[in-house]
Amino acid sequence: MIKIINLVKSFAGHKVLDGINLELPAGQITVVIGKSGVGKSVLLKHIIGLLKPDSGQIIVEGQDISRLRGRQRQEFKRRYGVLFQGGALFDSLSVFENIAFPLREKTRLPEAEIAQRVRFRLAQMHLSAEVETKLPDELSGGMRKRVALARAMIQEPEIMFYDEPVTGLDPPMTNTVFHLITKTHQESGYTALMVSHDIPEVFHVAHQVAMLHKGRIIAAGTPQEIQSHPDPVVQSFIRGEIDFLED
Amino acid sequence: MANLVRQLGQRSLNIVQEAGGMMIFLLEGLGLAFVPPFRFHLILQEIYKIGVRSTLIVMLTAAFTGMVMALQGYYTLRQYGSEGALGAAVALSLIREMGPVLTGIMVSARAGSAVTAEIGIMRITEQLDALDTMAVNPIQYVVMPKLLAGVMAVPLLTAIFDVVGILGGYLVGVILLGVSSGAYFASMKQSVVALDINGGIVKSLVFGLTIILVACYKGYHTQHGAEGVSKATNQTVVLSAVLVLAWDYVLTSFFM
Repeated sequence: MIKIINLVKSFAGHKVLDGINLELPAGQITVVIGKSGVGKSVLLKHIIGLLKPDSGQIIVEGQDISRLRGRQRQEFKRRYGVLFQGGALFDSLSVFENIAFPLREKTRLPEAEIAQRVRFRLAQMHLSAEVETKLPDELSGGMRKRVALARAMIQEPEIMFYDEPVTGLDPPMTNTVFHLITKTHQESGYTALMVSHDIPEVFHVAHQVAMLHKGRIIAAGTPQEIQSHPDPVVQSFIRGEIDFLED
Repeated sequence: MANLVRQLGQRSLNIVQEAGGMMIFLLEGLGLAFVPPFRFHLILQEIYKIGVRSTLIVMLTAAFTGMVMALQGYYTLRQYGSEGALGAAVALSLIREMGPVLTGIMVSARAGSAVTAEIGIMRITEQLDALDTMAVNPIQYVVMPKLLAGVMAVPLLTAIFDVVGILGGYLVGVILLGVSSGAYFASMKQSVVALDINGGIVKSLVFGLTIILVACYKGYHTQHGAEGVSKATNQTVVLSAVLVLAWDYVLTSFFM
């Protein structure tokens, strides 16, 4: 289980996270929803160690990971995978090299074993062998996302983080990526945190949904609980009402 | 008036802060060269990108610089009947000053800008963040090989610049203007001493490190999308060219 306790972060005097409290149950997918610019990605970047909180704790198995340094921090990083918003594939490396990158850098597996694992992940993402040699900018948006998901999954992480995994994709590809996330979760049983504003699709993927608004989690529960939540802000967001978007 | 003083103070603080940031960045980058894993192939790749790919433009600049120096030097020296000293004049100017400085400026324009753009794009597309989350230090993986490559490639390019410049001077001075070939090389041999060559090498080492440091630092701290990359690239070229000229003065006064 991952526990976020009273997390606070300000940028240039503006409080983006104002005391976040959230529990991510082990083996489940938690989706944080909220309008654009509310600080969802900032929250995620704290957990993966790219940002340091002003105060508060992020507890993973009894250890505050925001205080980890050096080797301990590196060890924690090996336990998770991240799917970035734009994929963050390395431009100069082919699809195969991108997916193999974590294994080549962090393990001493023989090349044959690496190739086998890369091809397994490519097949899992329904990508043909022909894409192996292509560079990221030769791929469509959906293919890039799937390659990035394959790379994030290659080390069989215990925890997965998804930063807006379907932004910019068309509806069929959105469903494909969500289907692949559900499938890999069923196969691996990892704990996951996803930040997204894709309503209603996220309700089909999530075990738990939390809504971030004005720096705080204002609602958390199962997708059904959130869909029938009494808070008008939550309801307004789910329905995509114009007055809320302009707030 | 108070506003002007405040702005000046803020600007000075920013400069000091940036200089401090660059020093820490440099120490971290060079320090990581001694920490495993050692990725020699990345250093070779960067030497190719920074050094080999700059060779043609450096040779071209060197040839024309040597040629124009021979032309100017010939007509000046002829007034005193000392055309024979043309080789010495061309070689000393190239080895002490023009070689390191012009190589530095050409490398900053060609390779420095490319380094900033490459790292800047990696920053805005989250590739540097991706490295970090894979427990791969982005400074060790991306910056350190470029810093080492800069230190190795720029002195070699400077040596190429000097040789090509001297040959350019030979073409104009000896072949076109009729200075004796023997006098051209003999005066050079007589005048150029080890201190001149060592000074040129030290300058090129410092320039190489400075240019690539500025390029990596600006790229690494790129913000605000494509416009940020463009701004960082522009700042790299301007700042590294100014720093090359400032360093040149400091090092020249040291070697004099």
